[in-house]
Amino acid sequence: MDSSGTRISRAALAVWSALIVLFLMFPILLIALYAFNSSNVQSWPLEGLSTKWFSSTFHDEAMREALWLSVRAGLLATTIAIVLGSMAAFAVHRFRFFGRETISFLLVLPLALPGIITGMALNSFFTWGTVNFSLTTIVIGHATFCIVTVYNNALARLRRTQTSLVEASMDLGADGWQTFRHVTLPVVATALVAGGLLAFALSFDEVVVTTFTAGAQNTLPLWIFGNIRLGHDLPQTNVVVLFVIVVTIVPVTLAQRLTRDTGVLRVGGGGKSGGRADASTHVAVAAEPAP
Amino acid sequence: MGATRADAAGGPGLRSARRRVSAALFRRSWLRATLLLSAPGAWFLLIYLAALAILFVSAFWRVDSFTGDIVHDWNLDNFKTIVESPTYRTIAFRTIGIAAAVTITDALLAIPFAYFAARLAPKRLQTVLFVIVLVPLWTSYLVRVYAWRLILAHDGILNWTLHKLGFGGVDIAYSNWAMWVVFSYLWLPFMILPVWVAFERVPASFLEASADLGARGWTTFRRVLLPMVLPGIVAGSIFTFSLTLGDFITPTLVGGASSDFIGNVVYGSVGIANNVPFAAAFATIPLLVMGVYLLVARRMGAFEAL
Amino acid sequence: MVVLATLGLMSIVACGGGGDNSSTTSNLPTSIGKGEGELNLIAWEGYTEPEWVKPFEQQTGCKVNAKYAGSSDEMVTLMRQGGGSQYDMVSASGDASLRLIRGGDVAPVNVALVPGWQDFIPQLKSPPHNTVDGKHYGVSLQWGPNTLLYNTRDVTTTPTSWSTIYDARYKGQVTVPDNPIQIADAALYLSRTRPELGIRDPYELTEDQLNAAVDLLRQQRPLIKKYWALASDEIDLFKNGDATVGASWPLQTISLQGANVPVKDLIPREGTTGWADTWMLSANARHPNCAYAWMKWISTPRVQAQQALSFNETPANAKACSYMDDMQRGSCAAYHLNEPASYFSSISFWRTPAKDCGDGSQDCTDYTTWQQKWTEMKG
Repeated sequence: MDSSGTRISRAALAVWSALIVLFLMFPILLIALYAFNSSNVQSWPLEGLSTKWFSSTFHDEAMREALWLSVRAGLLATTIAIVLGSMAAFAVHRFRFFGRETISFLLVLPLALPGIITGMALNSFFTWGTVNFSLTTIVIGHATFCIVTVYNNALARLRRTQTSLVEASMDLGADGWQTFRHVTLPVVATALVAGGLLAFALSFDEVVVTTFTAGAQNTLPLWIFGNIRLGHDLPQTNVVVLFVIVVTIVPVTLAQRLTRDTGVLRVGGGGKSGGRADASTHVAVAAEPAP
Repeated sequence: MGATRADAAGGPGLRSARRRVSAALFRRSWLRATLLLSAPGAWFLLIYLAALAILFVSAFWRVDSFTGDIVHDWNLDNFKTIVESPTYRTIAFRTIGIAAAVTITDALLAIPFAYFAARLAPKRLQTVLFVIVLVPLWTSYLVRVYAWRLILAHDGILNWTLHKLGFGGVDIAYSNWAMWVVFSYLWLPFMILPVWVAFERVPASFLEASADLGARGWTTFRRVLLPMVLPGIVAGSIFTFSLTLGDFITPTLVGGASSDFIGNVVYGSVGIANNVPFAAAFATIPLLVMGVYLLVARRMGAFEAL
Repeated sequence: MVVLATLGLMSIVACGGGGDNSSTTSNLPTSIGKGEGELNLIAWEGYTEPEWVKPFEQQTGCKVNAKYAGSSDEMVTLMRQGGGSQYDMVSASGDASLRLIRGGDVAPVNVALVPGWQDFIPQLKSPPHNTVDGKHYGVSLQWGPNTLLYNTRDVTTTPTSWSTIYDARYKGQVTVPDNPIQIADAALYLSRTRPELGIRDPYELTEDQLNAAVDLLRQQRPLIKKYWALASDEIDLFKNGDATVGASWPLQTISLQGANVPVKDLIPREGTTGWADTWMLSANARHPNCAYAWMKWISTPRVQAQQALSFNETPANAKACSYMDDMQRGSCAAYHLNEPASYFSSISFWRTPAKDCGDGSQDCTDYTTWQQKWTEMKG
């Protein structure tokens, strides 16, 4: 291996990654900066700095209600997604049945189809069924595209573990429920967390489907949209978003730590490249045919 | 199946009932599959798929022009309008074209970064990079687009920087170029994540073997790594392509005079003219495009890499 | 799946078309009863500020839930949600109000229960966009013109005509609303500059007249930097130097001046279009008493003044004049409430275009056609 070439290419990759980091973070930094904008019109350069928007934002009852509604909707949608997504993943992984491949396809549809189609379809459906638009309809709308993130993560994890484990457990005398609790669940738990986190993020920031499925309530994105429409108090949106960013850094970091642990089949440490690659892959690749 | 410690929980009657049920289920796998699938299946079938079906059926109807009520006389007028009118064809091609450009851009941006993050970065840095990739997803879409308006505006940050460096300004503020940049920015995390995971899953032994067989860095990358991470790339592309295909908010915010997307026409038909049949008809385009895309993606193994 | 779809189809057919036209005639309440504790409104963003909503809630016990809509026709769609009973009231502009009336989505109101109505300027007591056959389908709220906005630094001579926004001199610097009703603005301009077309009413256009207006807009398109969809869009465009001239509302002018951008607005000599909003009552409102209490409240002079200054529009209630001057000196004159008649007559208020030409013939183009032409023009 050409070592100086490797060094150059490693350096190049590091530089590239730094640029990508800058690209990703620059608008975020702008948002944080403009939360302190003294003017209510966003322009460059900054007119002046002020913290006046912070108190007005947090005293804004509409904003607090919207934030709370978003949190509730996100939690409910994520819970439904975790329950249903994992159930679907188990079924698809464990059993061969007719239409197995179609399930993955159908579950991806809400995410793959434009949100406006999902929104319009659900809206007509609810209108036809004269269902009142409320938190329930919002949650239903979100859950349709949240299920798939949990499903995919769970399925990917299940595919990387050995099914013989379950059989071994049953052979040792555990019934289905015990096997599930002590063998299957630990393996899949972190995948559920990772999928759930992404599901919550998708639900929390969703605008289009929510526009069509909400009644006279505002989730946070709808509140932001309305605030932007009016244009009176623009920096308030920056303040709220900054708050959300700061609050979510901790759970996201935690989740990343969690998902590094692959559960049951972790082979010990090893060298830089050996330990880095998902250890269970080694076993899975050796034991099972490639997916 | 003798008694073991695992049996300790629950009284004898409950225990044996549980065992019988679980034994029966274990043997009849179809029963378990059905039970497991029934809840998500019921959910999906009843609510989502039925709603979609009803929506697309309405594409064959039309709307009474004054009252706005849907009149159920079956016709293909909506589809004819779409196919025959150059405007709607232009809009469709523009949407698909920019979606493709965004997908390619994001793939090119993401691959080196994901390789670095998955295989070269030390553990601590990995966590930092992961958070950096995920934070934009938690930041409101709308506010991020607004930040870009600030950057791309005529008197915005980009032009300010260019002037300071001695160049002339660029006038891309409300244009297809702006949309391309903003979309690439918005969906980049969605492309990075599956590619990162895919790179992570490549066993080091493959790379070592490739080196042993005499391949240099770039060759190894091209012939060994890339095919293995291709499913991840395709998985990421599902997101970038579909999210761009259906979006109408970014074109409204940073688009120019001729930047309408399929989503804008659909939204306009529904919200402005209350012409749901036409909106549904036009919405079949992204539906068909994504249907084909997903089928191809599945062939390439992307679903396992999502 | 097929079974479900068929069931769905059957029910839609059975439910027939949208709202039913059953509730017309009498049954008008004669007094405002006890409040139901809640009120669901569809409103323009900024029409339900805490400043006047909180006192209302305290006095009547009706908790206000507002759903904001970005366009008139979004309001129409929302009104039909949940079988028409999801929302109690809607603040519809003139381009949507007639559609709601014809669609049976709104009910007549008894204006005797709204004392402020007596003090409305005469033009807005029973305007054609909310009063049909002598029945009032709601009470007028506020109104305003569409203005010509320009940056005084870049547009050195004061404009006098709408020709400014069609002038190639300002290529890439013009902005107009992204709304099919903008065709009426083009038609209004043509009615003065090309009288041979015979345009009498910018909302009643025959096929030929419509095509002429759309052609004018098509010629304008290369000059357009962006079609603004939100008021804040236009503010950004002017503030950041992307646009120097355009069609606008007083709201933008005042916000920009507040942000130290040198802009001015005016109504050109050809006149202009404008908007007048009405609070309309849903035909299936679940909280009618709270709704009437709201109509009564929002029509009082003080609240009218508060809203006018907050949103930069002109009240319907003439008595609001003194309150406006109290809150902001000179505002009554600035918003033309002191002598509304001449100002009012120079404005051609939004109306939903329909096939009916008003003179007996049915050759005029309707809104669906306008919307299609607009989309095709923008490409």
